[in-house]
Amino acid sequence: MARDETFGKVMEIIGRYAKNKDAIEGATEDTNILEDLKVNSARLVDVILDFEDEFDIEVDDEDADAVNTVGDAVTLIEAKLA
Amino acid sequence: MRRRVVITGMGVVAPNAIGLDAYEQALRSGTSGIRHIPILDELKFGCRVAGVPQGVDEMAEQYFDEDELLAMNSSHRFGCIAAVDAWTDAGFERPLHDDDRVHWETGAVIGTGIGGIDTIGDRVVPMVDEGRVRRLGSTMVEQVMGSGVSARVSGLLALGNQVTANSSACSTGTEAIIEGAGRIGAGLAERMLCGGTEGSSHYIWAGFDSMRVLCRKHNDEPEKASRPLSASAGGFVPGSGAAILHLESLESAQERGVRIYAEVLGGALNCGGHRSGGSMTAPNPVSVRRCIGQAIADAGIDKGEIDVINGHLTATGADPSEVAAWADALEATPETFPVINSTKSMIGHGLGAAGAMESVACILMLRGGFAHPSINCEDVHPKIEPYAGSIPHEAREMPELSTIIKSGFGFGDVNACVIFRRWTE
Repeated sequence: MARDETFGKVMEIIGRYAKNKDAIEGATEDTNILEDLKVNSARLVDVILDFEDEFDIEVDDEDADAVNTVGDAVTLIEAKLA
Repeated sequence: MRRRVVITGMGVVAPNAIGLDAYEQALRSGTSGIRHIPILDELKFGCRVAGVPQGVDEMAEQYFDEDELLAMNSSHRFGCIAAVDAWTDAGFERPLHDDDRVHWETGAVIGTGIGGIDTIGDRVVPMVDEGRVRRLGSTMVEQVMGSGVSARVSGLLALGNQVTANSSACSTGTEAIIEGAGRIGAGLAERMLCGGTEGSSHYIWAGFDSMRVLCRKHNDEPEKASRPLSASAGGFVPGSGAAILHLESLESAQERGVRIYAEVLGGALNCGGHRSGGSMTAPNPVSVRRCIGQAIADAGIDKGEIDVINGHLTATGADPSEVAAWADALEATPETFPVINSTKSMIGHGLGAAGAMESVACILMLRGGFAHPSINCEDVHPKIEPYAGSIPHEAREMPELSTIIKSGFGFGDVNACVIFRRWTE
């Protein structure tokens, strides 16, 4: 899957949980999921579960904890799919 | 000196209507919200009808963010729509997420009888049993905890006073109003969102069905299934929904210059201790009379001032004894007995939400000067026959209507009685 395609799918998932809807529009790989998009930290668990469903992968806790930015998520998913 | 408490906003999500005007219209016209529920056929329930609010999911999408909806089961959706409606009806704006101001003087008592058992049945139990705990996600606890709805409402509206949930079975909704009014009366809060919510789920209704307390005889004619006060009453029809009342100190309401619907004159709560014939499932008749008497004393009125009784009246065998208790407690003869009606005849038994949905019905009756019909009791129960003249089968115009007493009785032998009076400047 092309990286920008993965990015689009990741943003679609994170967008459901983002309180800052304005920040979704201009989000880049450097956008911080909690701080910039204002996703409630408890909901990161659900974001990871949605990644698992969408990309048919398994994400362990350690990998999940390392996801801070949208780019981190895209990199993680690309690595799992490789 | 206790401060006076008034009602300045309301929201209702009921099986026969959503919103105050639609609900008043449905109540006036005697519109039933009881419907056939296909899954109850499939699962071989004895009772296959229920009261379920219609069109709620579409509405919820207008009211809440996508991530909020992911954590909202039916009880949350009903309760939160009703709370938001009560809030805006009381003249407040919904706060923005990034506005850090908190309403320190507003709290909430939003109860539930059973809680988020649909989430437990649909998600928690099957997934845990399959060893898929990690797949449950972050939204289970907030949907199954008893205070889940009040917690969600406090975030939607930035409430900063006491935010809690009460639970006293079928008296929950009425109890919540008395608890909130008490807090305002004592000067501990200026405004409280009070009421109850109960989800629509066969998992909630199953236990009642197995107890054989639900109506089994009218599965083919749902609108006729809920028959309080009737000789052919065969058990209650399960209901669901929510209602929230915005209670406010009279000082605060007058200072804000807002419309006042009615005053909460007084109320009482007690328990029969499972004695004198009372049990987990049956009321101690002494405690019922005592609760009614204490509510009247608390309101500081005479028994003769009660114009309408909005009873607990579920359509079980307890209806005749409830009517006898009212006659005793009010020292009323068939000639002096107030008008009596059962909102459950149209919406079924909303369990933890019942007292709240029915209290909103009371306030609408006070506002509109009418008593709504008690439907499906053309064949009044023989033991209630002496009081048949007090039961409206069509909406009864009562332009002088001033005072309504509302009761809620619940499993555990618990009782709640509240008295509302029309507000006149």
